[in-house]
Amino acid sequence: MANINEPTSKSTNEVILEAVGLCKSYSIGATRLDVLKDVDFSVKTGEFVAVLGASGSGKSTLLHILGGLDKPDKGRVRYRGADLARFSGRELNHFRNKTVGFVFQFYHLLDELNVLENVVLPVMAGVGVLGWLRSRGQAKKNGNQLLESLGLAHRSRHKPFQLSGGERQRVAIARALINRPSMILADEPTGNLDSATGNGILDGIERLNKSGQTIVMVSHDERVAARADRIVRLIDGRLV
Amino acid sequence: MIKRRITLLAVLAVALCVFVVIVVMTILSDLTAEIKHKYHSFIGDCVVGSKSLVGFVYYEEFMDRLERADFVQAVSPVINSPVLVNVTMPMGQIYSNRIGQLMGINPVRHSQVTGFGEWLKYHKQNVADVFTSSYEPNLPGCVSVHLALGWGDVSDTAEALPKVTLDITCLPLTGKGALARAGLGLINTRSFYVTDTAPAGLWRFDEGVVYVPFEEAQALCGMNLGLKRVNEIRIKFKPGVDLQTGRNKVAELWNDFQRAGAGREYGDLLTRVKVQSWMSYQRDVVSALDTERLMMLLIFTIIGFIAVFIVFVVVYMIVSHKSKDIGILKSIGVSSGNVAAVFLCFGFLVGLFGAGFGALGGWQFLVHINSIEKWLFEHFEFRLWDQSIFPIGGIPNQIQARLLIGVILSGIAACLAGALLPSIQAARRKPIETLQVSQL
Repeated sequence: MANINEPTSKSTNEVILEAVGLCKSYSIGATRLDVLKDVDFSVKTGEFVAVLGASGSGKSTLLHILGGLDKPDKGRVRYRGADLARFSGRELNHFRNKTVGFVFQFYHLLDELNVLENVVLPVMAGVGVLGWLRSRGQAKKNGNQLLESLGLAHRSRHKPFQLSGGERQRVAIARALINRPSMILADEPTGNLDSATGNGILDGIERLNKSGQTIVMVSHDERVAARADRIVRLIDGRLV
Repeated sequence: MIKRRITLLAVLAVALCVFVVIVVMTILSDLTAEIKHKYHSFIGDCVVGSKSLVGFVYYEEFMDRLERADFVQAVSPVINSPVLVNVTMPMGQIYSNRIGQLMGINPVRHSQVTGFGEWLKYHKQNVADVFTSSYEPNLPGCVSVHLALGWGDVSDTAEALPKVTLDITCLPLTGKGALARAGLGLINTRSFYVTDTAPAGLWRFDEGVVYVPFEEAQALCGMNLGLKRVNEIRIKFKPGVDLQTGRNKVAELWNDFQRAGAGREYGDLLTRVKVQSWMSYQRDVVSALDTERLMMLLIFTIIGFIAVFIVFVVVYMIVSHKSKDIGILKSIGVSSGNVAAVFLCFGFLVGLFGAGFGALGGWQFLVHINSIEKWLFEHFEFRLWDQSIFPIGGIPNQIQARLLIGVILSGIAACLAGALLPSIQAARRKPIETLQVSQL
């Protein structure tokens, strides 16, 4: 298994994530829909890449495959040279937990947990019950620091339904960052927010990137994508 | 999940199942055990006897052999015959032609084999004198339960016992099965005075049994003519002797005895004798109790399946409802095993709390069941147990720790079993299927 938790550094030439010849299709009734067609894609450490495409163009599918949430029909995804297809279930869980941090369009917070509990959830998932008993103090401290840096310290005991859309997305970003992942994979992070709130989120993402965080963001919005160092376009299942 | 109303309903359903199982099993198990114990006490460990009213001969010789055997503690010869009884009450009322069961016993020997001595009301300390009447010392006494005395009729002392006379009539038979004393009249009647009562707690015996002195019964049934006969020898084994092992040893002794006596006078009577353990002797009752136990097990198995099904449905609904959360957990690296563990843990907690509350409720209900029954009787004249048929001091409510723990563990196991399939289903969910925008 590759060492998937190396510290990140801004703008090196090292390819951290590489996709080669990705194909993915779905069947809708009798119709076969080819979402990704022989997609090649790579991200360097510290890079901020935006994948731009229309709705239904396969952006989210590509992001899910890059993050190990889905499997391609054909092709390979390599993280620091290690093929995700060869990862065992345990290694894949470790990859999702420690190496990537997902930020979803609809935040995907657990409604029954409060803000701080949502943020530290990946720590709990990564260390197990006994490990959690040992490390929960430190995890909560880190979680509170993250919330403070995102301007949510006063909201740590609130439930997600008590927050605004922008606040929820910031909680989701804090959750994605809690395990200090090598990459953030953001799926339309501002897609559900008004322009001002969305800009605030994008500012935060930019700041993260400037501090050395590798970010892959998908969006259908040119203005959002323009915040990235590099933009790739996904048209008819192909990257151009 | 724990705070959901459906979870509380699942806990309540499991609690009800556990409550019912604990209450019913405790009451019926105790009642069954008590009934078996009473039959055992009434009969002794083993019976060597014949169904024929003629009985069998050479019983004294066989009793000698039994008493010399190292596994036998005591033996008691018994005359056992159906009779007609006329009851004359102290005020002169007569109840004619009641059907009774005559039991001729040696009270001391019989007390050593059965619970007879313990059941006596007035002669517990001096069993040997049980047939001696306080008001007519020279007249033969007898011990009867329902034939002469109702449950409420017994007095506090033997001296104050009402003078009840039982005229017992039977048909005496010769060793060949013919009517004895044919030339002197067919019937044989004798009067006895009730000296004590000895309820065994078994309606079928207490209703009609009349204990009289062994020799009197033997004479009444014509079994003292020529070679003396008895109907049965009751045997008590020494402590630690297994019932079936003891019975087999008695059977071996009897077979030898029977072979040796084959050529002797009335030797054919020995061939009609059977050696039976008390369980075999009361096969009809024991098998009915066993059938009852089997039915109980069947009902509780169904209840167990109901609990499994309830938990299955609840966890299935929760898994369906929580599919987005499952996807979120998987996206942050929670393994399929841990996802399954979350739902299994939920099933475990439903089982733990459901079984815990059910057991607590069942325990409290059993502790107060007799007070509840008393209250129901006082206010609504409702009585769960007819105490004339089930002469028990109260509803059996002795909770066994083993039963309690067993039912709690079974309840938890049933909940885990119910949660298993939905948990596996949750574990197999692919995160991407639940996190896609189209699925929200």
